[in-house]
Amino acid sequence: MSIAGFVEPSAGQILLDDSDITALPPDKRNFGMVFQGYALFPHMTVADNIWFPLKVRGVSKANAGDRVRNALDLVQLGHLAERYPSQLSGGQQQRVALARALVFEPALLLLDEPLSALDKKLRADLQWELKSLHHRLGTTFIYVTHDQEEALSMSDEIVILRDGKIEQQGGPGDLYEKPATRFVADFLGKSNFLEGSVSGTQSDRFDYAIGEQTLVQAGKPDHQKVDGKVLVSLRPEKMVIADQRPDTVNAVTGTISAFNYYGSTYHFQVATRDLGDLIVTSPAWTCSIEPSIGNDIWLGWQPDASVVVRDR
Amino acid sequence: MHASLRRIYWWLIAPAVLLMLVFYIYPLVQVLWISVTDPVPGLGNYMELIERPLIHRIWMTTLRVCVITTAVTVIAGYAVAYAMCHVGDRHRTWMMFCVLLTFWLSVLIRAFAWVMLLRTEGIVNSGLQELGLIDEPLRLVRNEFGVIVGMVHFMLPLAVLPIYSNMTGIDTRLISAARGLGASPIGAFTNIYLPLSKPGLIAATILVFVFSLGFFITPALLGGGKVVMISEYIQVSFEETLRWGQATMLSSTLLFSVLLSLALVARFVDLKKVFGAR
Repeated sequence: MSIAGFVEPSAGQILLDDSDITALPPDKRNFGMVFQGYALFPHMTVADNIWFPLKVRGVSKANAGDRVRNALDLVQLGHLAERYPSQLSGGQQQRVALARALVFEPALLLLDEPLSALDKKLRADLQWELKSLHHRLGTTFIYVTHDQEEALSMSDEIVILRDGKIEQQGGPGDLYEKPATRFVADFLGKSNFLEGSVSGTQSDRFDYAIGEQTLVQAGKPDHQKVDGKVLVSLRPEKMVIADQRPDTVNAVTGTISAFNYYGSTYHFQVATRDLGDLIVTSPAWTCSIEPSIGNDIWLGWQPDASVVVRDR
Repeated sequence: MHASLRRIYWWLIAPAVLLMLVFYIYPLVQVLWISVTDPVPGLGNYMELIERPLIHRIWMTTLRVCVITTAVTVIAGYAVAYAMCHVGDRHRTWMMFCVLLTFWLSVLIRAFAWVMLLRTEGIVNSGLQELGLIDEPLRLVRNEFGVIVGMVHFMLPLAVLPIYSNMTGIDTRLISAARGLGASPIGAFTNIYLPLSKPGLIAATILVFVFSLGFFITPALLGGGKVVMISEYIQVSFEETLRWGQATMLSSTLLFSVLLSLALVARFVDLKKVFGAR
């Protein structure tokens, strides 16, 4: 809302290509905006909705014709120009909102949870479409979402905010594979957290102990707490689950306490003696164990499968 | 629906229908009947509409006062309703209370209150004189100005309520959207808010205009016999000059002009939608 200009920031500046736009009202920023719930004007046809940003910039309807048509073609809705928003499906309304936000070639496109009102399948289709549109136009998109998967799949660059401060910034792969903090690891995707005392350090790996279990972690024992403990984030899909002890460096035994079947994957909850409850995912078609509650199994992972994070 | 159940519903509304027929439709038909039979059968009474300058003048006064009253009331009502939509909850409750307060006061008391305020020795004139803004007291009552002031005051809730109820249905995010797409505050209002509040404006205009056309007490008291509107003249014809033929003719014409103005509006807007039946 501050980027759009609707809310004045309590401190700091907003810069667009080095020029300060903090004090500019929304209409002077020349940003395209797609709102949650689309906010199409119900008393105007699709074509008039798309003409609107041009109209308020002093372009007559006759002169805007080509640009409106191009914008409609861009979202493949040329045939619906004379309909009213109430006659369109959610996905179509979404596309109109997009065409309306792009027709005046804005400096930036702001998308505020644009797909949150759509069902899952349509959402996935539009995600592909948005990405290809972004690719073709080259305009910068700022995409606000509460859906972590969407954040990963849609972005070149992700900024994770916590209490108004930047927690971590980077490409989706960087953030997922190398989360800097417990918050980021927990926010993007799922993660198990292992907290242990460092018991031995080599050049490129170190040992840490949790209860009677000693585990090996690649890297350096960074971010130690006052009592010498480290926190390790371990993604559920980076463990192997097996009947026998797997030939990984780290291996623990556990008991399946619950599981869910998702078609492509199994999600397990495994109770272990020293590490507490762990969540583990495994591709369903290659799953080598019998998925049943109470089954005793082994979990194994390599030292570089997990990552040391700061505890905050 | 079950047939026997439907019969019960018909019986349930029967008393109301009967009441309407006996006490409303029947007298109305009688009014129409008298207007073409008294004193002699024929359209003689209606010829007066064309022939008598006095009736022309009364009709013109009525229309002028009604149009001005409607315009002022609807604009003022729009401003009040707009404010009510954009203040906090506590303020809104108070504003609604003040709007409805005028409903609960007798129309007679309100008309007399305006006479007290606006008369030559009234608080408005003496106040203006104290301030040295005027030398002679202004004539504020017993003319169309006074009538319009009183009528606007009476009609205001009738304008505020439909406009307000329409405005509460407008999604304020649309205004943000318009601003975000480059519209100035005024541009967003004229392009988005105003068209979306049109149904409320039309409902208020119809309501106020129709009410004004047949309004009696306020014009009679604040006009003080100088501003004679159609309903006052009807009353005079019925009770003082005892010309029932003329009185019923004027009543019928009033009825027809209300229906006519509704029909005119209906050509341009969907009235069922405006009044929430659809």
